[in-house]
Amino acid sequence: MSAGAAAIPDLGELIRPEHVHGSVYSSEALFEAELEKIWYRTWVYVGHVSEVPNANDYVLKSIGRQPVIMTRDRDGGIHLLLNRCTHRGNQVCVFDKGNTRTFTCPYHGWTFSNTGQLRGYPFPSGYEGADRENLGLGRVPRMAQYKGFVFGSFAEEGPSLEEHLGGALEAIDRLVRNSPEGEVEITAGFLKHKAKANWKFLVENETDGYHPQFVHASIFSVAESGIGDLYSSDSTAVTRYLGGGHSECDLRPEFRRLDKPLGWFGTSAERMPDYVEAMNAAYGADKAREIMIDGTPHTMIFPNLFIAEIQIFVLEPVAVNETIQHVTAIQFKGAPEMNRRLRQQTMGSVGPAGFLLADDSEMYERNQRGIQVRDPEWVFLGRGKHRERLDEDGFMVGDATDEVPSRGMWAHYRAMMEAE
Amino acid sequence: MMALDQQQSALLQEVTQFIYREARLQDEHAYDDWEALWTDDGVYWIPANGDACDPERDMSIVYDNRSRIALRIRQLHTGKRHAQAPRSRLRRVVSNIELLEPAGDEIRVTCNAMVFESNLRDDTVWASRNEYQLRRVDGALRMVRKTVNLVNNDKALFSMSFLI
Repeated sequence: MSAGAAAIPDLGELIRPEHVHGSVYSSEALFEAELEKIWYRTWVYVGHVSEVPNANDYVLKSIGRQPVIMTRDRDGGIHLLLNRCTHRGNQVCVFDKGNTRTFTCPYHGWTFSNTGQLRGYPFPSGYEGADRENLGLGRVPRMAQYKGFVFGSFAEEGPSLEEHLGGALEAIDRLVRNSPEGEVEITAGFLKHKAKANWKFLVENETDGYHPQFVHASIFSVAESGIGDLYSSDSTAVTRYLGGGHSECDLRPEFRRLDKPLGWFGTSAERMPDYVEAMNAAYGADKAREIMIDGTPHTMIFPNLFIAEIQIFVLEPVAVNETIQHVTAIQFKGAPEMNRRLRQQTMGSVGPAGFLLADDSEMYERNQRGIQVRDPEWVFLGRGKHRERLDEDGFMVGDATDEVPSRGMWAHYRAMMEAE
Repeated sequence: MMALDQQQSALLQEVTQFIYREARLQDEHAYDDWEALWTDDGVYWIPANGDACDPERDMSIVYDNRSRIALRIRQLHTGKRHAQAPRSRLRRVVSNIELLEPAGDEIRVTCNAMVFESNLRDDTVWASRNEYQLRRVDGALRMVRKTVNLVNNDKALFSMSFLI
């Protein structure tokens, strides 16, 4: 089926308060529409400033299916350029990262600065009267960053990044304060793990507190991990819908109950003395203790950034039934002994061979096959509907294993897809 | 390339048999027999993102010390490692086995491998250049280090939950 051939289904028929129709994960027409209505409209996470630390660094990224070059110019400014020569459409850059002041298209030698301007083309007499000002590289119309996290939006106008992040803004605050210098760095390179599944299965799974005890039973049992208990029916953790498609598993009630600094990270203050000292010096002992008990967020920032406590995942939709998960360890500036452990735990748990993510991805792929079954046609997302409630900030919360995040995401998805 | 003397020929033959056996144990999910091939300080490494990966700085697909190798095996034994339930059906071909300069008393050897994997998703071909550092322990060869350099480790990969 070609993308344009099928009409976009009526979402009012496919998305209900507690159910979604299986075709929302498998319709090619819907996938194409999502690119336009979601991926090329809302704020999408692109990369982190620490990936281009020096003047003239660049790294290849994407927004939806659009290839983006994130550059840092010689004055330190960040740019999101589109990887397409304005002459005849060739790729101007094919290396994942590097350092350059200019990008030269290999086809006919057109050269662009790392701020996007056309610097020149060979044999210029053939272009007499050409409007060079308008022959610069395409760029993502809006770019904004929050605490080093760079987002882009293909919408010329719309809500600001901070408005878009809304209730999820605080997750980034909560993450970076785990660094004694208040900054995270994304410097360990990404594992790229693909799955034959629709991107929305991944978004929903990131804050699904119901699955860990079952999908991850194998590793929890042999590693004697306490993670499973955080996602049990006895857990005091909550699921929370943050608006804007964003959601979280808020594990802080459990960590506060345990009242053990660095317990969230499976370690202790005694085992991380340098880090504790640096945190105490930075924040004062009381605040540092609070931070080290609360730990890091488990927050899905719609549509593609999952802050997963010790790592970030960036979701890239490739096709209706294929998604790439780019994942790397979070690194806290000024915390080398933490960072080594963060990398080691991340390498163990995620990526193609990860103790956790190989099984999550197996579920995504089986789910993609399963939803093509004709009866029942519907996915049931009603768990915890009877006990969901508004918290003091006005966000909907549920128990640790409830499907509050999915219900919220689908309502937001429908609103985005039905917007003009 | 110099010709192998008699001693080296014998070593190459022994190493080749070791590598073939390791391949068969992996193909047949003989987890405990495979784990027994490791020394107590073994390191199993699958780099990511090309040839310049530093496992102490950069993400690797696998960077298991000996205790994590054991954890990986224990997870497979639970029967609840969903990505291996059902198990991948596997057959691999190993060739181009070449002795390298030894590292002290330890043998260094490299080879090429191609693995055909069939599982619920589809059939997948994995290709790699493998490097071994082997030590003789009580007369038998054991792996001190095995590095699997996947040809396409710079691209997005499907799950790889079997032993490679």
